[in-house]
Amino acid sequence: MSEIAHGAGGPIPAAEVPEMELPHPHGWWSTYVFSQDAKVIGIQYSLTAIAIGLVALVLSWLMRLQLGFPGTFSFIDPPAYYQFITMHGMIMVVYLLTALFLGGFGNYLIPLMLGARDMVFPFVNMLSYWIYLLAVLVLVASFFVPGGPTGAGWTLYPPQAILSGTPGRDWGIVLMLVSLCLFIAGFTMGGLNYVVTVLQARTRGMTLMRMPLTVWGIFTATVMALLAFPALFVGAVMMLLDRLIGTSFFMPMLVEFGQQLRHGGGSPILFQHLFWFFGHPEVYIVALPAFGIVSDLISTHARRNIFGYRMMVWAIVIIGALSFVVWAHHMYVSGMNPYFGFFFATTTLIIAIPTAIKVYNWLLTLWRGNIHLTVPMLFALGFIVTFVNGGLTGLFLGNVVVDVPLSDTMFVVAHFHMVMGVAPVMVIFGGIYHWYPKVTGRMLDDTMGKIHFWVTFLGAYAIFFPMHYLGLLGVPRRYHEIGETSFVPASAQDLNAFISVVALVVGAAQLLFLFNLVWSLRYGRESGPNPWRATTLEWQTPQTPPGHGNWGPELPVVHRWAYDYAVPGVAEDFVPQNQPHPAPGHAAQGHAT
Amino acid sequence: MIVALVLVLVAVGSVAFHLWSPWWWTPIASNWHFIDATITITFWITGVVFTAVVLFMAWCVFRYRARPGHRAAYEPENKRLEIWLTLATAVGVAAMLAPGLVVWHQFVTVPANATEIEVVGQQWRWAYRLPGPDGRLGAVDTRLIGPDNPLGVVPGDAAGQDDVILDGEDLHLPIGRPVKVLLRSIDVLHDFYVPEFRAKMDMIPGSVTYFWFTPTRTGTFDVLCAELCGQGHAIMRGRVVVQTEAEHQAWLGSRGSFAGLAARPR
Repeated sequence: MSEIAHGAGGPIPAAEVPEMELPHPHGWWSTYVFSQDAKVIGIQYSLTAIAIGLVALVLSWLMRLQLGFPGTFSFIDPPAYYQFITMHGMIMVVYLLTALFLGGFGNYLIPLMLGARDMVFPFVNMLSYWIYLLAVLVLVASFFVPGGPTGAGWTLYPPQAILSGTPGRDWGIVLMLVSLCLFIAGFTMGGLNYVVTVLQARTRGMTLMRMPLTVWGIFTATVMALLAFPALFVGAVMMLLDRLIGTSFFMPMLVEFGQQLRHGGGSPILFQHLFWFFGHPEVYIVALPAFGIVSDLISTHARRNIFGYRMMVWAIVIIGALSFVVWAHHMYVSGMNPYFGFFFATTTLIIAIPTAIKVYNWLLTLWRGNIHLTVPMLFALGFIVTFVNGGLTGLFLGNVVVDVPLSDTMFVVAHFHMVMGVAPVMVIFGGIYHWYPKVTGRMLDDTMGKIHFWVTFLGAYAIFFPMHYLGLLGVPRRYHEIGETSFVPASAQDLNAFISVVALVVGAAQLLFLFNLVWSLRYGRESGPNPWRATTLEWQTPQTPPGHGNWGPELPVVHRWAYDYAVPGVAEDFVPQNQPHPAPGHAAQGHAT
Repeated sequence: MIVALVLVLVAVGSVAFHLWSPWWWTPIASNWHFIDATITITFWITGVVFTAVVLFMAWCVFRYRARPGHRAAYEPENKRLEIWLTLATAVGVAAMLAPGLVVWHQFVTVPANATEIEVVGQQWRWAYRLPGPDGRLGAVDTRLIGPDNPLGVVPGDAAGQDDVILDGEDLHLPIGRPVKVLLRSIDVLHDFYVPEFRAKMDMIPGSVTYFWFTPTRTGTFDVLCAELCGQGHAIMRGRVVVQTEAEHQAWLGSRGSFAGLAARPR
């Protein structure tokens, strides 16, 4: 036990991490715009992701207006509705969540938490952001081309995605696929950086099993993304070829509105396999950084060591590995060989076990803790509630036969929003409230933060919890209105209207958050270097915000794990990772060994 | 204190909503009540876990809140507790998975006496084909689809001559007889979805997919499309009429066959 806590005072390797040449900026442009400093790149990623996320937020308002009050808004016709849901989904999953966790938090935190001066390939890192920005711009451009963006659903299933019955068939789908390819190219540049930095640039004493769980989460997610995104990349290229030069990778012989098309021999379901081979790991690419970050938030703000650190690390790694053998649980009713259902239901439910372990360990970290209900802690608690809720409904959908009636209904929409929408976003907010002082030197306003939390948490829960029951009722997803049916009672429309009103309010609360971000930059309370009295290295930098190169002349040396809170025999309730152990003579009064 | 209270309210409110809200599944009209039973088991297990987790969290937030002089306990690991929790979780998961797989086995095992019928999806309507007196469906070919032959039945196949083709009409099925639904699409993905039957499956152009069920209740049920198929997805509707064997025979006798349709003067 003490072994993981203190590395048994294990020997610090003598060899210095070689000093890296930092490409120092010359002037304003290379400091703030074409910067090769991972921290600046992280902020650029975050701001871009938040900006495009605002577009997705507005789209969600529009679709909720339609669902809550069908027929009231004449500009939302079915094609427009499908364009809204498609762009909302794709932006949130890829361009916001993935980019913000890996490009934003990853860039900012990995070098700082590991005691490195920067990412190992700063130039490629810079390029990664600019290609990401290009991908975002191409995506945004699709709003302005003839026919508008694609309305194929974020899953982009062919043949529908490239046929004329779907909006955005001419330009929208092409720009979407090109944008995805760009995103993946840009991400690969960043992703290689994160992986190599974690493996090669840790400071002395920072063994893998002393890394904060934030880094473990981001690192594992990045490895997964590097393995999963290529499947989407090839899928996107193949569909582009089908669309532009008439190949038939995904196109069988078919008759469109009485017209025989010149395709033949392709397999629509092949695309689904490629898509979900990416798409399921993608869920965990978003979830694992959230798992890591929330672990650190809970530990810091409950002033207690994370419970079961080794188990937490292994759970992250096992979830990462298992997530590559569960993809077809998205395809139980796709028409694939039904016998696959036995295998994928089993693997899917097995993945619940390491995930449950993580939940237990968060709870057991709170248990016997010293819980400070700061805004980051509130968001962490909100994460646990929404994640557990969304995770448990995953046990319905993962269990193949239960999925049959529920798939393609609002139950699925409610489930994935709760588990990979609301829950990770809770962590993003918690993380921003937590690290904003390091980034800016000022605290975010507490009152605004608490209002933001309560409206967002309770509102999101009130949106998505009842939504499950619409699905149970049989309301299909991707309907702009349910219309006349014999099985949906009129009261379901009242529920839809309620959900829409709450969605508008929750959206408005995000504007308060944005205001807080800007307002506190100028008027926030000065934070000092370590306002949360945290142990990890990013809080021990000589300057706040940290300068280029992070550490001044000497790199920090790590002597312990990241979770020495409330160590018995130590007066302070936290011990930074870079604080040496007392001389051997004093060890007796120190930690139990 | 307030935070703990709100967490308790979230847990209690969720359970109350589950028990007393008016939104619940539609009354079943097929043999798949085992699916409903599996959902019920899953609701029980997950509901207990969710309530326990949130209430435990609320208690922690109250009991271990920061106050002067209070300090957290230092305990990096507790192997016994972790192993115990892992095993309990595994048991819970197995309790959901095992019945699920048993019912799935039934779902993929089509009874030998099931009648084969065909549902054809296209943007944005349903068509159906029932076997005639010979009990068999004839061969089809997408290349033959045209105004006179909307489903592409091969004219030379004897088995297809007596097939009953329903284009833009309600599907009629006899109660109590297992049906193997062969699913075919001629353009994009669709999904033949009748909420009361519980079973559904995507239809894929270029393949024939299937599921089976036995209608157990007479009545008229809505057919919806459950797989996004373009801008008309939400209006792709139809109806299934489940009726007694005698009513069904009378109805079937009033329909024309494929051969009759093809021979119709233009």
